[in-house]
Amino acid sequence: MTVVHDNLEKTEAKMSAKDVSVFYGDKKAIDEVSIDIPTEYVTAFIGPSGCGKSTFLRTLNRMNDTIPSARVEGEIALDGQDIYRSGMDVVQLRARVGMVFQKPNPFPKSIYENIAYGPKIHGLAEGKDELDAIVEKSLKRAGLWEEVKDRLQDSGTALSGGQQQRLCIARAIAVDPEVILMDEPCSALDPIATAKIEELIAELNGRYAIVIVTHSMQQAARVSQRTAFFHLGKMVEYGRTSDIFTNPHEKRTQDYITGRYG
Amino acid sequence: MTERIATTRTPAFEARLKKRYAAERRFKAIGLTAILFSIAVLVFLLATMTFNGIGGFQRVELRVPVDFAEAGIAVDPAAMQQPGALATLEAQGLRDVVQFYAQQELGEDAAEELGAQAWRDVAAAVIADPAILRSDVTFSLPASADLASGYESEGSQEMQALATRLAEQGQIEKNFDGGFLTRSDATNPQQVGIWGALKGSMLTMIVTLLLAFPIGVLAALYLEEYAPKNKWTDFIELSINNLAAVPSIIFGLLGLAVFLAVFPNLRSAPLIGGMTLALMTMPVIVISGRNAIKAVPPSIRDGALAVGASPVQVVFHHVLPLALPGILTGTIIGMARALGETAPLLMIGMRAFVATPPDDFTSPATVLPMQIFLWSDEIDRGFVERTSAAIIVLLLFLLVMNGLAIYLRNKFEKTW
Repeated sequence: MTVVHDNLEKTEAKMSAKDVSVFYGDKKAIDEVSIDIPTEYVTAFIGPSGCGKSTFLRTLNRMNDTIPSARVEGEIALDGQDIYRSGMDVVQLRARVGMVFQKPNPFPKSIYENIAYGPKIHGLAEGKDELDAIVEKSLKRAGLWEEVKDRLQDSGTALSGGQQQRLCIARAIAVDPEVILMDEPCSALDPIATAKIEELIAELNGRYAIVIVTHSMQQAARVSQRTAFFHLGKMVEYGRTSDIFTNPHEKRTQDYITGRYG
Repeated sequence: MTERIATTRTPAFEARLKKRYAAERRFKAIGLTAILFSIAVLVFLLATMTFNGIGGFQRVELRVPVDFAEAGIAVDPAAMQQPGALATLEAQGLRDVVQFYAQQELGEDAAEELGAQAWRDVAAAVIADPAILRSDVTFSLPASADLASGYESEGSQEMQALATRLAEQGQIEKNFDGGFLTRSDATNPQQVGIWGALKGSMLTMIVTLLLAFPIGVLAALYLEEYAPKNKWTDFIELSINNLAAVPSIIFGLLGLAVFLAVFPNLRSAPLIGGMTLALMTMPVIVISGRNAIKAVPPSIRDGALAVGASPVQVVFHHVLPLALPGILTGTIIGMARALGETAPLLMIGMRAFVATPPDDFTSPATVLPMQIFLWSDEIDRGFVERTSAAIIVLLLFLLVMNGLAIYLRNKFEKTW
């Protein structure tokens, strides 16, 4: 059963999931998860491997659509509107709910092209000057501008792993999303690059609703204000990060954060 | 207490280790031998072809000095720009003039062996530059096929004797024959050229490429990116794989039964040939295209989808550019196969004696491998070298095509 701390401050949910179940063929990967995601805080999903946290994350911008056998039940709303309703435009949804992946995946194009691609296809910029401005702003927000401003035409894949991941964050920011989903963004990075990404998440907090899936409980404790603990496809507990880590209500949560399993 | 000996330090382990290294050395040696063997075969093939083929680019010619001033051929230089220039020169008796000087210079018997069309070479020179009509010019004119054999120490005794006599007088020689690349098929090996077949091959390849490449790439994209995975797509995949393995002559029968039934007056045309070869090439492009598309990392697709690219944008902005080098490699393999193909073209009438190069996609034509096949069938000895020369032209054409493909592939190749 799902336990939710009831002493959370009232916040307006940017995204809210209600009784969401996800099936891969006949296999139920997510079992009736309900959660509200606010803009004010960073929300972290934690849990052992295979618990379904990434699967659930990918339902939030319908990236699961690319898997033919995946099926979603329940309701996920963005600003109160169901994103799985029939008239929903997936392209627009993904422009509003951006995503950063586990492995940095810049396009094999120039740094400039990587950032400019989203604004270009959505027609967000009128002319080259405006596009230049968007690229600069996005790279600055992602804390990458100083490192790459003199080599915007170099290939994005020539950057280091940490820089590539910040490039991917800048790419997501460039289309001006409302929500940014991050699927274990630091798992392929060294501690210094990880620290930079975490700093960046703290800076972006408040401007965008941020959801981060992470394997590292320390990371969840450092970057998030809300934490949801997933286990075997269910959301076991959701609450203030400080509460989850110091005073969990559920025994399974306690066992996980104290390192009994996972 | 006995000293513990690690299992990785026992003699048995070391013996096994030695065996492993020996196996590795053996494998390397076998691989190296295989490569050396293929290189040797290739070098042998190229050397033989070049050695035999060099002669094909030459022909035996007789030196005939023609004194136009003395012969009194007078034509208006302006008339030489007209289409009827050749007829004008013939009416002026140019043919007899050439024959007369040949008799005077070479003797009666040798003049007989001047190629029947030799005067046309003189006429061409006059048309190109009417000013030579006022001077004394020595032409190198093609000898007859019999005399050419004689020059090669073959054929009849008289011809060999004649060739020896002319050689002693320095009136016969073997010259580079640039016309080989500009003329077309003929019955006389001294008069043949490769241009007709080369142009036929080019036109056919253009049709094949224009049909097979877009259809093949689009089919590959659809099957990989859009088609649902079900029994139907499995069946289509199986059919395409089977098509790629169908013997080429079957495609020729198909071309005969379908294309020639629809366009009966386009027999021997590069258009029909290209369509038939496109049938054969397309499955190769589909298969290699699908493999290249599969090799594009899914993370690139995810990245594009996540910034809100529509599926078509993902395909055309990301997947296709990244798959293009692989697709091009497959295309060139298919095209190279099509270029060397004769069997299907036999069926649709491209096995024809075509003495003029094709003007367009619908005029009768033959192709390089077919020309090689036809010449290799000729009895006249002169055709042997011409066949080798044609093979060299075919291989060079192939080399140019492959070079272009490699250039394009390197140009589009991206690393990540």
